[in-house]
Amino acid sequence: MLTEFGKILIFFIIGALFVAAGLFTAWILRPRRPYPGKLAPYECGEEPIGDAWVRFNVRFYVVALIFLVFDVEVVFLFPWALVYRELGLFGFIEMAVFLLILLVGFAYVWAKGDLDWDKPRPQVPHIERPALTKPEAQKEAEHTPVA
Amino acid sequence: MGLLDQQFENGNVFVTSLDKLLNWARLSSLWQMQFGLACCAIEMMAASASNFDIMRFGIIPRATPRQVDVLFVAGTVTIKMASRIKRLYDQMAEPRYVLSMGSCANCGGPYWEHGYHVLKGVDRVIPVDVYVPGCPPRPEALLEGIIKLQEKVRRESLVKKSA
Repeated sequence: MLTEFGKILIFFIIGALFVAAGLFTAWILRPRRPYPGKLAPYECGEEPIGDAWVRFNVRFYVVALIFLVFDVEVVFLFPWALVYRELGLFGFIEMAVFLLILLVGFAYVWAKGDLDWDKPRPQVPHIERPALTKPEAQKEAEHTPVA
Repeated sequence: MGLLDQQFENGNVFVTSLDKLLNWARLSSLWQMQFGLACCAIEMMAASASNFDIMRFGIIPRATPRQVDVLFVAGTVTIKMASRIKRLYDQMAEPRYVLSMGSCANCGGPYWEHGYHVLKGVDRVIPVDVYVPGCPPRPEALLEGIIKLQEKVRRESLVKKSA
């Protein structure tokens, strides 16, 4: 009667009903006494400051991308290490090629300067006549006529 | 009425009241706030470790008050910390319980007379369910406090307001 996909459909329906029933039961049984102190965002017990949806520096984007690439690389390395003996030389060469491709990408990123975290230069205020250094001050004192 | 899990005789069918079922569920999984203040917290860690194994009571440390049932106030509550503890307690989901561990949290302890910076008992800012005496209490004492708290939870009711 049921196709294989039909079984999956029934599985999904029962799963959704299970979640809905759980949430509904909890909604009936749970105590509900909200007040501002309880609804306040959790910031380790400190007074919450500002919004949780703050903007992150765009420079984190590159870091996140690079992390993702090498994270996935490690994910590939683990199963490869498990069956390394069975694969033999072929597996070693294939993984070496894979690592080499990623290494080239890493070198590119490094050469491009994406790994440098350049800080904004502090704006030093320009002063027309800075305070005199000690020898200059002495020279100035010699030149001033003594009254 | 013992625990539900020890009474499965008539074909694994068990009839109970909703109160008892809820209380049983709550007391067997009192999740704990991962939170310590002073030397009592060291004893609390010892209680969590394998010798005393607090997890067999269903106590799992969680790092956020939203997922937590019980707050162990383990250690000296300074006046600076008191407002933070109040805020943490406020942010816990109900039903919530507080276990005051050690003399400092109970009443100020050795700082009772001259501790200008210590709150004289955490019950001045939040309601406390169980007090565990000791300076610091041994892990066994903490376990007894947990059992007392479980007894308290077992007596709760949906219709009667108990705590």
